[in-house]
Parts: sequence; C-alpha cells; structure tokens
Amino acid sequence: MNNKNIIDFIYEEAFLLDTMQWERWLELYASDARYWMPMEWDQQDPIMQQSLMYEDIFLLKVRVERLSGERTFSQKPKSRCHHLLQAPKIIDIDEEGQTCKTRTAFTYTETRGDILERFSGWARHELKHENDDFKIKLKRIDLINFDAPFSNIQLFM
Amino acid sequence: MNKYENNVKAIQGLVKNKAVHRDVYVNEEVFKLEMENLFPNVWIFIGHASQIKNPGDFITSQIGNQPILVSRHRDQTIHVLYNRCPHKGVKIASEPCGNTGKFFRCPYHAWSFKTDGSLLAVPLKKGYDGTGFSEATASKGLSKVENVKIYKDFIFARLSKDGPTFEDYFGEALSTIDNMVNRSPTGALEIVSSPIRYMHTCNWKMLVENQTDTCHPMVAHESSAGTAVKVWEREKNISGDSETPIAVQFYAPFMSPYEFYERTGIRIWPNGHGHTGVTGSIHQDYTDVDGYMSQMTKAYGEKKAKEIINDVRHNTVYFPNIMVKGAVQILRNFIPISVDKTLVESWCFKLVGAPEKFFERSLMYNRFINAPTSIVGHDDLEMYERAQEGLGSNGNEWVNLQRLYDENEQYDVSEVIDGTSERQMRNQFNAWSKFMTLNMNNEVEAAE
Repeated sequence: MNNKNIIDFIYEEAFLLDTMQWERWLELYASDARYWMPMEWDQQDPIMQQSLMYEDIFLLKVRVERLSGERTFSQKPKSRCHHLLQAPKIIDIDEEGQTCKTRTAFTYTETRGDILERFSGWARHELKHENDDFKIKLKRIDLINFDAPFSNIQLFM
Repeated sequence: MNKYENNVKAIQGLVKNKAVHRDVYVNEEVFKLEMENLFPNVWIFIGHASQIKNPGDFITSQIGNQPILVSRHRDQTIHVLYNRCPHKGVKIASEPCGNTGKFFRCPYHAWSFKTDGSLLAVPLKKGYDGTGFSEATASKGLSKVENVKIYKDFIFARLSKDGPTFEDYFGEALSTIDNMVNRSPTGALEIVSSPIRYMHTCNWKMLVENQTDTCHPMVAHESSAGTAVKVWEREKNISGDSETPIAVQFYAPFMSPYEFYERTGIRIWPNGHGHTGVTGSIHQDYTDVDGYMSQMTKAYGEKKAKEIINDVRHNTVYFPNIMVKGAVQILRNFIPISVDKTLVESWCFKLVGAPEKFFERSLMYNRFINAPTSIVGHDDLEMYERAQEGLGSNGNEWVNLQRLYDENEQYDVSEVIDGTSERQMRNQFNAWSKFMTLNMNNEVEAAE
C-alpha cells in the first residue's frame, strides 16, 4: 500500500462508475462493506441518526441488478453519471500498510433524459489490503447540502 | 382568464362520481384556489410538540402556501403565528427549528416580539408618536392563527374563521394517531431527527392518492421489491442464512398478490380520511423485538397491549396532505409548492420508553422507502412524473377512478370495503370538492 496505488484505486472506482461497469464496481467492496450517505453535518451514527443511505453488499447488489431490470421504468431512459475528483488526500494509513483512510472532494453529475443534476461533497474511503488488492470497507459520502430536498438520485456518488 | 374563481359549479364539475377532470392536477388556477380555499378551510398538520420542548423553542412550517411559525412561550403554551413581521413583511424565522430566547427579533429593523407573538418593542418608538400607531395592525404583533388544536402532541391548525371543528373534521380517523402513540409503553412520541426531504415534480394529490392505491405495488415496485426478493432467494442459498434480514422483511410484502390487498381491506371515514390494511397489512410480519411485549403488557394489560400491537394498519390518509404509518412510526407530509411540484417530508417518531430497535427500524424504513435515494421512491416518482406529463394529452381530459364503484355508495360514512377499491380516492375528491367550495363566494351562480 503506497500513496500512488491508493490514489489510483480511488480514481479507478470513479472510472468504473462513469463507465457503468456496475458489477466490476461492486467487486471493489469487501463482503462486509457499507456504503453510507449521512443526512447530518459531521454525522456520527449511521443507524440511530437519519441517513439517506446505509447499505451493505446485499442491498447494493439489489440496486445494481435493478438498474438493468426489464421493468425498471425509472431507468427508461437510463441514467448516466460523471465524477470529477480532487486528488484524494490520505488522512490515515496504518504502519503495516494494511488499512488506510482517504478523503476526496468531488463534484458529481447525474443525468437522465433532459434532466441534469449536480452535487458537491466529500467522499471518504476506508480501504483494506486483501489478496494483493484493495477492498473498500466503508465509503462515506457527505454532500454539502445533505439537508436539501433532492429529486431522484439513482446511481452512486 | 379565471375559469374557476368564485365558481362553485365549475369546481364541483371537476369531480364526478367515477372520474376527475385533469385540471385538478394541472391547472394553475385550481392550485391557487386550493391554497386560498381548501388548505385554509381544513385542519393541517404543522408539527409536533416534542420539537419545541422548552420556552423559546420554535419551528417553522406552512399551511398551504402560508409561512407559519410555531413557538413555545414561557408559560409552556404553544402559539401558532404567521411567520411575517407586521412591519415590512420580513420572515421572522428562517430556520426549520431553533431557540429564540425570550423574544423574536426581526433582523431588518429590530422590532421584537414575545414568544406568544405580541409586540415587545420598536426601536425609536417616538417616531410613531401622534401617528395613531396603537390603532395600526402592525402594533398588534405577529398575526396569530386562532384555530389551533394540539392532539396528543400533534399540532394542527385551521386558518379560516369558519369551518369544521377539529373533532368533527377528523372523528374516528384519529384512531391511527392513537395507535401510534399507544405503541409507546409511556404513551409518548418524540421527534429527535430531521425529516427526509424529497422533491417531486408532480401535483401533491398524486402522492396522497398513491397512499391507498393497492393495485400498484406489485406492478410499479416489481423493479425494486421484486428484485430484492429475487436477489435474496439466490443469496440466502449461497450463504445458508436462515433469518430474513429486516430489509427483505420491508421490501418483500410490496410484492403481495392482489388477493392479499383485497382481503386486508380499506376503511373509509368522513371528510376524505381513510386507511389501507384493516385486517392485516404489509407491516404485519416483522420480527418481534425482545422485551417489548412485556413492557406493553405491564403498561396496558395483556388484552389491550395485544390490540395495540396487532393493529398493523398500512397507510392512513389524514386529508388533505399527511399520511401516518403507526406500525413503523412514520408521518409523511405532502407539501404543495406549485401545481406540479410537491415537497415530501417524512418524519420518524421515537416510541418513548420502547426498545431502541423500533427507532432504528423506523429510520431504516424511512431511508428504504421515502428517500430520494430509495429504489421504491424511484419507482413511484417515475409514475407521478409520467402522469403529470401525460395529463397534458388532449386525447382524454378525465382520470378514471371507478374501480369497484357502486352507484349507491356514500361519502361521509365509516365503512370497511374491498382493499383494491378506488373508493378512498373518490372519498378524497368528494372532500376536496366540499372543502374547496365551503367558504367560496359563489358570484357566478348569483349572477345567473
């Protein structure tokens, strides 16, 4: 685990999302991973405070499978997304290089049909080393306007 | 051109027994008249007393398009005020909630008001000497909403001077709020978290109708609930897991067949209120929470405790614009913004004294079903948006609501009916027509 391959990994995740390779994207996650979108500033608890999302691999699989479902009408036409990332900042890395935490400022765009919506925030990753590769243990997305009323957000930030 | 203003017949003509005219969803004048007539004439939910526990606490809310300020006074009384400085109209409070201390102070010219709304002070008061200020409306402080009812901590208000009393308006429909309150062994609910907010580009009534639409879940939610069931069936065989996760317990019942909804029924009440899930519901089979039954038995006795817990009503519509789910302690507020824009705020309640697990579940249900990131929400919003656009079609100006219509059916009665009926929607529109025209000056008819 070094700075360069950590940062490349974060970029690779965004690439897989932007190119809609959902199954390959899911493979980046550890079996006990969580995808968390808080709904409060500096939120501490994903479960006993309201979150927008706090999902395990099973629920993420449901989302991915739903996106390509024959009767998923909210994906006719399909959504597309775009991640514009600032260089990830490594905020913590353990001595053996087995786990690390990063923080990445982003602007995210999701579009469907004639509608285009833009979001800004910070993504935090907790990564672990597993079989010569990285796995995401936790991805946390804090939007700057977490308390605003959004319309549908159907893809992944 | 005003087609509907002060025209009782034209408004009533939009609602036929088996159909409603598309103008109820797409016409801007009708929306304006809803704000001027319907919302003021009836009792609207504006907040919960647990949000303003201490003197000086306030929340901002709305009744139709009217900005409202609710405050706790130093004598613990709750005051419902128009959120507007009597001087130049500036909103006194702009945050969803907070504590103002001993008084409200307008940020523009520092006029100040006690937390009961009365005028406290005006800077440079002598400038008003000899101007007859004490006669001016501005000297009376923040305008008060007179008709306020705090029912088991739920704060409702009616803006119009004339209209139904709270008790006459809601009647037996209050039993769903009662049930939700009784689910706390101490008989108290608490709001401790902001609502999930979700913007919908559709008319508010589409959302309200959908609450008792039992013929859409197995169709529109096949993509979300159906996929969840499918993935679980596959994954559980791989992992060998035996306990169904609460997520699947939430999603799977959406795929219940028509027969389930037919059997579990709908109960309709006067004034447009009603609920799905009379003899059972999609909420009936959640795993028990350890220790809860014994708490409830201790609080209410075994018989009543069982009655409370086994009453698993699905969605209760409090006409015009809230829905309550007692079994998962959620209230959804459908806030009209414009004819084709609706803000949905979904609140979770904590059952005071009950195991924390219930609040955890409530928050979870809220993010699974009511969030802009919810796959179930995505299914529904797609349908509302398509309807809002489709209604522009001149091929047919009417929306059909005649499923299980009976020419002898009555409104303003309490009755339990087949759960796949669209009668609750007809019930709502009957109330809509009644309260739209309740205090309307019928100039058009008078001129005839």
